[in-house]
Amino acid sequence: MIHVHKPGLLTTVQDLGRPGYQQYGIVVGGALDGFAARTVNLIVGNDDNAAVLEMAQTGPELSFERETLIAWGGANFEAHLGSEPLPRDRAVRVAAGETVSFGLAVTGMRAWLAVAGGVDVPLVMGSRSTYRRAGIGGHQGRPLVAGDTLKTGTPSEWAWKILAALHQDAKRATAWTVRPETMGRPAPAGVVRAMRGPEWDWFKVEAQLDFFRANWQATREADRMGVRLTGPMLVREKVGDMISSAVNAGVVQVPAAGQPIVLLPSRQSVGGYPRIAAVVAADLGRFTQLRPGDSMRFEETTLVSAHELYLARERDLNRVRTGLARLAG
Amino acid sequence: MQITPLGDNALVLEVGDVIDERTHRRVQAAWRALAAEVLPGVGELVPAYTTVTVFYDPWQAVQAGAPENGIADWLVAKLHERLKNPPKMEKFKGRTVDVPVCYGGEFGPDLARVAAQARLSPEEVIQRHTKADYLVHLIGFAPGFPYLGGLPKELETPRHAKPRMVVPPGSVGIGGGQTGIYPLATPGGWNLIGRTPLRIFRPEETPPVLMAAGDQVKFRVITPEEFARLEAGR
Repeated sequence: MIHVHKPGLLTTVQDLGRPGYQQYGIVVGGALDGFAARTVNLIVGNDDNAAVLEMAQTGPELSFERETLIAWGGANFEAHLGSEPLPRDRAVRVAAGETVSFGLAVTGMRAWLAVAGGVDVPLVMGSRSTYRRAGIGGHQGRPLVAGDTLKTGTPSEWAWKILAALHQDAKRATAWTVRPETMGRPAPAGVVRAMRGPEWDWFKVEAQLDFFRANWQATREADRMGVRLTGPMLVREKVGDMISSAVNAGVVQVPAAGQPIVLLPSRQSVGGYPRIAAVVAADLGRFTQLRPGDSMRFEETTLVSAHELYLARERDLNRVRTGLARLAG
Repeated sequence: MQITPLGDNALVLEVGDVIDERTHRRVQAAWRALAAEVLPGVGELVPAYTTVTVFYDPWQAVQAGAPENGIADWLVAKLHERLKNPPKMEKFKGRTVDVPVCYGGEFGPDLARVAAQARLSPEEVIQRHTKADYLVHLIGFAPGFPYLGGLPKELETPRHAKPRMVVPPGSVGIGGGQTGIYPLATPGGWNLIGRTPLRIFRPEETPPVLMAAGDQVKFRVITPEEFARLEAGR
């Protein structure tokens, strides 16, 4: 059982989302950076799709009824276990009743906290993700509030062994770390790789050039659905409306005002704005960490290269999975 | 049929380029052919007016035999093959969904606006809106929100320049040449002409929404008393 003492600004229960229902207009949602969520789950011996807590800007203050294994990663938050700093990117033993408190994000915006066994909330349409607009999933269909209690699932054998080993050595945390941002072939800071989108040809040549050479700034208009960027005006060659069609996380759509919006996992299932580009899946996590005023640029890549990046990251995660499995003997 | 990538984990099957019933039927046929048996590496399929979008996981596609430097080509070939030789399917027949609507008043604050631009009385607007047969082209925007085709031309009314912050659930609206029903309290720019007591989004049911693409919709007039009774009984 997890007790929520302070909820933080926007802390929600999320797994890898609710795919399969977009044909009914139901968003996929889930942890905004699915790879980051999978990594913290892996660290505590959970399945990839176990539910984690996603926090934004200001994190929660929690305590656990029983001794448990946790892991967190993502943005750099001030984080404490009692009065000591709470190590990140590794498995940490938390004693019964001890307080885990997150403060402000120092850099970036969001972090993910996994608990061995996963957060146990009811499955709604096959997922534990909070779908706030529809008021379903997660904990009572809403962000956490002070006083909430959350059940946790049964930790894996592996988690018990790691916990026992830490206990025996009177250690808090494992020496090993797993850092998703080092896996695969990460883009340099401030660069995000993207491919041309289906309506690339709808834009003037100048706009096409600008898209891949300009420095774009994140605006305040950013939420779980998407991030609006500001920069040069992207003028269209072809006028007229696009017929609404499915959109994907990572799609960069350009409304009439000429400023792009990068869609995130809680996007709507269909959209009607021309899609100038699409961010590669491996780099999409960057957009979940942008603060207003942060700047970035897009680097053009091909579909084949994007797949190489995708596979490289999956391969690295699998390697870590195999390595960790051996740890507990 | 053209197939275009949408990022590194989706392919868009372009079935047509106009919104009409013929294209709709072709979208439905393609969607059903692809959905009949799961294709390796493919997750969900999302039909829209003129497209079917195929979401896939590149990693799973490779596990299923796709060459690492030609994942998309491998999938495209599989899609074409499936579309050429669709599995035997039951002939699809959409249902007809009867939608009771209380028009005007507090439920339809824009009925007068629609009537004014159509140069019709509010009663005539209601009569024409209920007389028409509608086709659910797609579900999108919000859980269960049906994009309906078949709105009489004279009722077409431009969206509000400034969308309402909250549109009550069940509101029936006209946005340009489209008409639809808001399932949840969401912001929205369509002209609201009435409200239905039916629950459009039913997360506890399978499927979790009242209508699906391919269904026919028929609106029918109810009084505020009937609205209250139906709403209380649901």
